[in-house]
Amino acid sequence: MTGSRDASLASTPADPTQHADRVRKPPTSIRLPLDADTVRELRSGDSVLLSGPLVTGRDAAHARFAAALSAGEALPFDPAGETLYFVGPTPARPGHPIGAAGPTTASRMDAWSPLLVERGLRGMIGKGRRSDAVKDAMARHGCVYFGAIEGTAALLSQCVTSSEVIAYEDLGAEAVHRLEVRDFPALVVDDLHGGDLYRDGPARWRRVAR
Amino acid sequence: MLDAYPLARSGMRPRRVCGKPCGVREIPVDEVADTVRRLCVEANHELRGDHVDVLRRAREREQSPIGREVLDRLLANAEVSARERIAFCQDTGYAVCFLEIGQDVHFTGGSLAAALDRGVAEGYREGYLRASLVRSPVDRRNTGDNTPAMVHYDLVEGSDVRLTLLVKGAGCDNMSALRMLTPAAGVEGMKRFVVETIEAAGPSASPPVTVGIGMGGTFDRAAVLAKKALTREPTGSPSPDPRLAELEAELVDAIDATGIGPAGFGGTVTTVAVHVEAYPTHIAAFPVAVNLDCHSHRVRAVTL
Repeated sequence: MTGSRDASLASTPADPTQHADRVRKPPTSIRLPLDADTVRELRSGDSVLLSGPLVTGRDAAHARFAAALSAGEALPFDPAGETLYFVGPTPARPGHPIGAAGPTTASRMDAWSPLLVERGLRGMIGKGRRSDAVKDAMARHGCVYFGAIEGTAALLSQCVTSSEVIAYEDLGAEAVHRLEVRDFPALVVDDLHGGDLYRDGPARWRRVAR
Repeated sequence: MLDAYPLARSGMRPRRVCGKPCGVREIPVDEVADTVRRLCVEANHELRGDHVDVLRRAREREQSPIGREVLDRLLANAEVSARERIAFCQDTGYAVCFLEIGQDVHFTGGSLAAALDRGVAEGYREGYLRASLVRSPVDRRNTGDNTPAMVHYDLVEGSDVRLTLLVKGAGCDNMSALRMLTPAAGVEGMKRFVVETIEAAGPSASPPVTVGIGMGGTFDRAAVLAKKALTREPTGSPSPDPRLAELEAELVDAIDATGIGPAGFGGTVTTVAVHVEAYPTHIAAFPVAVNLDCHSHRVRAVTL
């Protein structure tokens, strides 16, 4: 983990063509679970390869997390230090740990994410923009948001070495799973320093229509 | 392929329609179910060749390094999914079926609607595809087999059936929009609305997107036209109407100018195709529907 910022992705506005042929910094390998120092060093636009345990959850599971918390019950996993992947995979073929497993739209979890971030969640993986409330909670509590590339579900499934249901089995694809991943590729979208790749990236390439 | 005119060939007396003898073509619904089953698997496992070409061309014109990296991964993903027989996107979506049914066709052997659902259920099971539908937006209980199919029927002349399957992910469908513009807003207003929709969708529609636009008709007609526009083959082929083709080219430029880029990380390619369909409308109306489809474009069409 170098923590240095990739010049080709920095938010300084410049002539995009000057960057066109820059080679991107190679990805940084990161061991999960994330620690606070690693999270602090990550910068929006960094490519990472994640290895270690992830927990999965999407719409229906988050609704149950919230219901459990408001009823004063325990969550099915302790969010402290965890990285949560918003995914609902396809069924696994026999002999495979998982089916296609790409990210789903994270904004649908925005209403619930602060509940987990406040309880120590250190990373989230999904696609699409997060609300200001989520980003505020992330900056305050030390959580980073990674973007995985949607539509690469077959490639990403090959990074998953094991998968087991840990809660809400009745939800099927939406059940909470514990995954082990190896070299799972993602980009840092929202870092702890105000960087937001979904804001800064498009701003760099925006132009006037002809 | 089915026998086109089994009754005529069998020597049976053809049914008389409009006072003239003409063949009523029979199609067993099992044939329809089996076709839908096969298309569901193919559409989800193999990115259509012309769409792969479209992504390759996008890779050539993309200037952002990060955008090129995204497109490289999408192309690699398409190869892995076809080889491993695994869905290239885990959101195996709604199974949307467009049926253009020749009016001389008679479906035999049961319910056509049930056959379409049976085809979807069998295809999703066989292809290890995700069941993503809930039986009601309120209780949200999964139907377990990705049924019902979302079916649009059109009656046309003749004795063929054109069956088009569009596997539609929810991420991009969720970012679609419809607006009842005024005639005064005109084409400029329509273009602004399309670009606004793309901007609001940003990364959530999984760019580079295919954009289906339905203009005219009624509120409902515009929406169906927009969805059907997504099925145009090959992806990115221009409208046969030169005015619409010009509008499509202008919209591609306006959408790419947003800088959203592949996966929304910033870049020069935000759309790979804009397909515009138009229909007569009311003197007081200018309905516009914008249906977005992610880069995991899943369309298959056959003629029965």
